[in-house]
Amino acid sequence: MSRLRSFGHFWWDFVIGDDWLVAVLVAAAIGATAMLAAAGVAAWWLLPLAVLFILWLSLRRAIRSA
Amino acid sequence: MSTGNTFLVLSAFLASGVEFVEALTIVLAAGLARGWRSSLAGLGVATLVLAVVVVALGPALTVIPLQGLRLVVGGLLLVFGLQWLRKAILRASGYKALHDEDAIFARELADAQGAAHLERAGVDWYGFTLSFKGVLLEGLEVVFIVLTFGSAQGSIPLAAAGAVAALVLVAGVGIAVRAPLARVPENSMKFAVGVMLTTFGIFWSVEGAGADWPGSDAALLGVLGFVALLSFVFVRLLRRERLEAVPA
Repeated sequence: MSRLRSFGHFWWDFVIGDDWLVAVLVAAAIGATAMLAAAGVAAWWLLPLAVLFILWLSLRRAIRSA
Repeated sequence: MSTGNTFLVLSAFLASGVEFVEALTIVLAAGLARGWRSSLAGLGVATLVLAVVVVALGPALTVIPLQGLRLVVGGLLLVFGLQWLRKAILRASGYKALHDEDAIFARELADAQGAAHLERAGVDWYGFTLSFKGVLLEGLEVVFIVLTFGSAQGSIPLAAAGAVAALVLVAGVGIAVRAPLARVPENSMKFAVGVMLTTFGIFWSVEGAGADWPGSDAALLGVLGFVALLSFVFVRLLRRERLEAVPA
């Protein structure tokens, strides 16, 4: 059980890292892009803008917690 | 070679190169402190495990429909890339210490020299596990990057070629100098890798979500320019903010 937990912990740390909010916001932005695309609206611009916001937010959180 | 494939090879080369430099530092520290037999045994076993992972996962990824694959891989790469980019921006703006391969090597060497000697299966166990773990963990990142980049772009062999080129270069220089590759501009390389991972992450996530890029594959250049510009602006802003916060 502890090996399974450490395996899961490794992958969580590997992909998600120390700011889980980035993963949540990226998933939400991709979901919003998919919804716009399904509605026939040009949606390519949404994710780059979301990245601008997410990266800045994550940097501020990292500096605050340092 | 198309824009996408050129970026694929270059990204795999840079990202793998950074990981190989870090793995080399650990293998060298283990070899010099605990003997080359145990260090090279750890390197060999870790390489075998990585090969099994590639053989098991590589073909499986090629049978997944491309749009679904790009959605999942793009999302993963974007989250992964933003981690790299955040750390690189914090380093470049002075909020985080620069990655120093010499200092890491000295620390690993001191730890390895101080550890107790325990022999198992004819090899020094500390040297073996140090080398094995280092190569496996750094190697898993290479495998992750090669498989995700390669499968989403439709060519695992091209991504693997970029990684193998980096391996040959780093191993060749490592054998020649037998010292950590401290002169490799690792912090700049990590910055470039963060920008590229994020660029590919954005590009494939948008395609996977069912949206179209204006200009198709050529849009990669636009996304790359946007992410690079964004990163440099953030570095400048944070550096200025940090300097203003320091009392005169």
